[in-house]
Amino acid sequence: MLEIEIDGKQLQVADGSTVMDAANQVGAYIPHFCYHKKLSIAANCRMCLVQVEKAPKPLPACATPVTNGMKVWTKSEAAVKAQKGVMEFLLINHPLDCPICDQGGECQLQDLAVGYGESKSRYQEEKRVVFNKNLGPLVATDMTRCIHCTRCVRFTQEIAGLMELGQAFRGEHSEIMPFVEKTVDSELSGNIIDLCPVGALTSKPFRFAARTWELARRKSVSPHDSLGSNLIVQVKHDVVKRVLPLENEAINECWLSDRDRFSYEGLNCASRLTKPMIRQGDSWQETDWQTALEFAATRLKAVVAAAGAEEFGALLASNATVEELYLAQKLVRGLGSDNVDFRLRQTDFSADAVSQGAPWLGMPVAEIADLNRLLVIGSFFRKDHPLLAQRVRQAAKRGLKVASIHPTADDWLLPVSARMQPKPSEMVAALAAVLKAVADAESKSVDAALTVLLPADMPAEAKAIADMLLSGRQSAIWLGNFAMQHAQAATLRRLAQEIASITGSSFGVIGDAANSVGGYLAGAVPATGGKNAAAMLSESLKSYVLLNVEPSLDSAAGERARAAVAGADFVVNLTAFNSPELRAISHVMLPVSPFTETSGTFVSCEGRAQSFVAVAKPQGDTRPAWKVLRVMGNLLSLDGFDYNDSEAVRADVLDITAFPVANLSNTLDGLTVSGSAASAGIERVADVPIYATDSIVRRAPALQRARDGAAPAAYLSAATMTSLGLNAGDAVEAKTEQGSARLVAKADDTVADGCVRIASAHETTAALGGLSAVVTLERV
Amino acid sequence: MSARNLILADLDGDRTWRLQDYLARGGYAALKKIIAESTPPADIIAEVKASVLRGRGGAGFPTGLKWSFMPRSFPGAKYLACNSDEGEPGTFKDRDILRYNPHSVIEGMIIAAYAMGCERGYNYIHGEIFEVYDRFEEALAEARAAGLLGDKILGSDFSFDLFAHHGYGAYICGEETALLESIEGKKGQPRFKPPFPASYGLYGKPTTINNTETFASVPFILRDGGETFLNYGKPNNGGTKLFSISGHVNRPGNYEIELGTPFSELLEMAGGMRGGRKLKGVIPGGSSSPVVPADIMMDCTMDYDSISKAGSMLGSGAVIVMDETTCMVRALERLSYFYFEESCGQCTPCREGTGWLYRVVHRIEHGLGRPDDLDLLNSVTTNIMGRTICALGDAASMPVQSFVKHFGDEFAYHIEHKTCLVPDDVQREGSKIYVGPSC
Ligand SMILES: Cc1cc2nc3c(=O)[nH]c(=O)nc-3n(C[C@H](O)[C@H](O)[C@H](O)COP(=O)(O)O)c2cc1C
Ligand code: SF4
Ligand code: SF4
Ligand code: FES
Repeated sequence: MLEIEIDGKQLQVADGSTVMDAANQVGAYIPHFCYHKKLSIAANCRMCLVQVEKAPKPLPACATPVTNGMKVWTKSEAAVKAQKGVMEFLLINHPLDCPICDQGGECQLQDLAVGYGESKSRYQEEKRVVFNKNLGPLVATDMTRCIHCTRCVRFTQEIAGLMELGQAFRGEHSEIMPFVEKTVDSELSGNIIDLCPVGALTSKPFRFAARTWELARRKSVSPHDSLGSNLIVQVKHDVVKRVLPLENEAINECWLSDRDRFSYEGLNCASRLTKPMIRQGDSWQETDWQTALEFAATRLKAVVAAAGAEEFGALLASNATVEELYLAQKLVRGLGSDNVDFRLRQTDFSADAVSQGAPWLGMPVAEIADLNRLLVIGSFFRKDHPLLAQRVRQAAKRGLKVASIHPTADDWLLPVSARMQPKPSEMVAALAAVLKAVADAESKSVDAALTVLLPADMPAEAKAIADMLLSGRQSAIWLGNFAMQHAQAATLRRLAQEIASITGSSFGVIGDAANSVGGYLAGAVPATGGKNAAAMLSESLKSYVLLNVEPSLDSAAGERARAAVAGADFVVNLTAFNSPELRAISHVMLPVSPFTETSGTFVSCEGRAQSFVAVAKPQGDTRPAWKVLRVMGNLLSLDGFDYNDSEAVRADVLDITAFPVANLSNTLDGLTVSGSAASAGIERVADVPIYATDSIVRRAPALQRARDGAAPAAYLSAATMTSLGLNAGDAVEAKTEQGSARLVAKADDTVADGCVRIASAHETTAALGGLSAVVTLERV
Repeated sequence: MSARNLILADLDGDRTWRLQDYLARGGYAALKKIIAESTPPADIIAEVKASVLRGRGGAGFPTGLKWSFMPRSFPGAKYLACNSDEGEPGTFKDRDILRYNPHSVIEGMIIAAYAMGCERGYNYIHGEIFEVYDRFEEALAEARAAGLLGDKILGSDFSFDLFAHHGYGAYICGEETALLESIEGKKGQPRFKPPFPASYGLYGKPTTINNTETFASVPFILRDGGETFLNYGKPNNGGTKLFSISGHVNRPGNYEIELGTPFSELLEMAGGMRGGRKLKGVIPGGSSSPVVPADIMMDCTMDYDSISKAGSMLGSGAVIVMDETTCMVRALERLSYFYFEESCGQCTPCREGTGWLYRVVHRIEHGLGRPDDLDLLNSVTTNIMGRTICALGDAASMPVQSFVKHFGDEFAYHIEHKTCLVPDDVQREGSKIYVGPSC
């Protein structure tokens, strides 16, 4: 510990602290621009100059290490004189046209200029003008306003993992720019808007939409991935105008993924359903709630009565709230059916028979920092879980070693020290090989049920992963979305569990959606032999209730799912959006609130239940789905639908104060495992692209224009391409048992040989169905 | 005190840069002795301390002391870098050392590496001198072939390899930490210090950086003794030093003299004032050192302490001589333009301030000066100095402050009369180059 005196206050700080750290500790504010607690020290703005005893000149607080006995004055005449001098320099070339700047009112330069700037400029020369840069559809630039603090540059390099911005040229000609002709394509790019202390980088979608003081700030939780990022949703006249991070060190820190930040555009899109609608023949009529609900209840009752409860089922969105999921399953069960599911992209449900709770990450997110070994199985990690990957990236800088078992080697922008790249059909064998390697190395026996899977000989890569795990002090093994959607997901889980137990690793499932955990806790899965999502979508039931589900895009079955629902006699659709597909398959559409217009709860991957309230009034006649379900329960004369508020619904499911929540378990003891049948032919590796995950992001135009929003293509390694006689750029017809899609072949050596990566959750590929089917590719 | 060639000794042959020539001049004797006697590294550093060799790159920091900052038992790589970036206007000594006596630098670096336990070194050569770069590469090849460089030097257990790194012509890359960034392949921008290179240098490893001339002085010190070297200069200012004399003298060029030699003698060596005109002022240590008016300068001896007492700096030893035909406003305008263009742009006071200074001086020179401009210049320089990441901020400010201080009347005249105090035709005559109308 070091003794330091700041502005007359004595304190002790840890070795290695800077004067800025110390000042923060005593609450002495030192003006600054380039300093940011999550970024490296650049010491370039010089705004934080302070007076230090015995130092002949003022020193930058952000970069000056504390020495024992140091005396610092942050507001002395000398300090303030230095700070004002710097402020003058910052302002001489700054436009000072705050009234037409989008940052006006929330600008650090503007704020500090009030305290440190003069009212009149001594600079009478011409001001610098810098041409704007095209950074892509999300970040707008006004580069003349840039004060060269390089926060944005350091962010891309240090947090996002790829230096997409740099400071080119010298001196006054310095410009922040992306690499020539490039845009900033990081899935975390929006954070540079928050970091930019001035109006040089602002939000393109939000640009000039409102002034900061016109916006109400309300807390919420992101519905897009299983992290549960905390949001500040900014609302004007009940319209969401902007989303910013709500800092929560344990979850999203001070960051947001672009998906969390810009998806709100989808909430305001033209295809919002704002009135209840009833189908009459081929045409749709708007109606009032009472008519629609009575119609829905009466018909549902009739169809269920006629066809039997087992011919009725509910398909629920995995980012529906706990309250919605709970009431929906209650309704299904109240009508005598057990056909309910929210895991529409899952294909192997054999885990359900032995599962002891909701699969979860198995550890708190904050503890990722303490890991020194991590094996990620079956994951498009960076795009599926942008901020989780960011945490792992930071941990990797401190010595965390990461391994991957996955058919593609897409760049996670962090070092991956060991890797296996099996084809989808080889995933089980790959994991079994790692299991054998760890068991051999530790001389431990493997559970008898698994020995059939163990290979005779072992690839070197498996050994390398085993060695990596075993050399760790604190290790974790996670199953990604691809693994959980795999045709042998349960076997993969069981194998991973065994590897974890032998290596002493923490073991978990990342989960693909905001309520991947909450859905289980709400009981939105079959419990007594009812049909799971795959079963409900492989053959038509007579009636369905859908909750925010677009079958062809939200399910593993793709187009076939749409057809299954279309084959029903009666479909009640609770949906925030209207679309041709939904009109074609539904009989009544009830407009329900997206997360911003309802109260509700998500349970994140780490088992954290986070409740939120509506941040805006429901659009049009939209109503919160939990209320709609409550009324439907009542209209159907079902018991247990007398809730006054959503908290009461939640209380039936979980204890909000518990962390982690109860009833979590990844253990699959007693599972009957299945070996893998090697497949002949090219196997599809299907990702769910980052901006295709759910109905809200799919409707967010700016995200769709981003590089990650590009339409699917057929990505193949050069070797695979050659073996098929294809060339990059060829138009190809991809065919599966289910259907076909026209795509462009693109070279991508990150894809395992013998595989083709074709994204799902897109209308152009929905016909292919099945996430990892055998595909034939022909040039057209 | 007078001319004395140590670095430039016996450089009258036509192939002085060849290894053979260097050996014949007694080159590599110091290294061979060290290797043969397995001289303890600490003894070498002690010898360099005894010589009171001060860094020739500008700051004049005692070299022996700098070497002693390198951690002795550091696990892992340590680096050595030679600063041949020489970009300061007026300075042109290092290129001549490399051109005519490259092995003195190589030998000096090998000895330094031996003393500090560095396994690898780089010579960062200014980007706009190609012949010198090629010649240095040749010299490295000769040294390697002769077993003087590389693995197991002269059969000993000591290995050291040295590489030439060609810069791209940015002045800022001469700042030692910007130089390291540049070697690492990054944009040449100074780092904030601390940490200093001796603890966190090239690739984050302990590193020592010295100027070309500093290294070139080392073989003599080790061969003939630190004492001998010191005695050629004066106390606290050991040895000889190269001065690059430019401007209004009859024989501009590099002169090696004993530190402490009167400026008047140096001026005479350079052939005296051109056309017998009157001396007006001298920039004694490279363009960033404050200008010294003639009368003060004529009383100075050429050493760190004397020049410092005169309110300037010995710096890199670039002596820019200006006679009475010089318009000091125009001279400052040129200098300010240099710093404005060469600021790396990283830190606020320098990025914004150098442009401001230049524009104001430019305006004065072009007849658009305002009465309070001189106060403004002084105030802006005060706001830059001591508040930047590297010394370029100071380097840009000192000329402005000193020109305004010593030649304020010329600036005032300019502002009032919107033209030079020194008439254009006189300027033209003095410089023998076309001087356009100033206003
Ligand atoms: C802007 C700037 C430019 C510099 N340029 C040079 C240079 O060209 N050559 C040089 O030797 N030192 C230069 N220096 C000084 C170096 O930073 C460093 O002090 C020197 O190389 C140390 O060597 P020495 O101790 O042998 O003098 C420069 C410093 C600054 C601030
Ligand atoms: S664009 Fe903004 S964040 Fe980036 S350097 Fe300029 S002022 Fe800083
Ligand atoms: S003082 Fe000038 S050259 Fe030095 S770091 Fe700052 S901007 Fe760059
Ligand atoms: S905040 Fe310290 S220099 Fe910018």
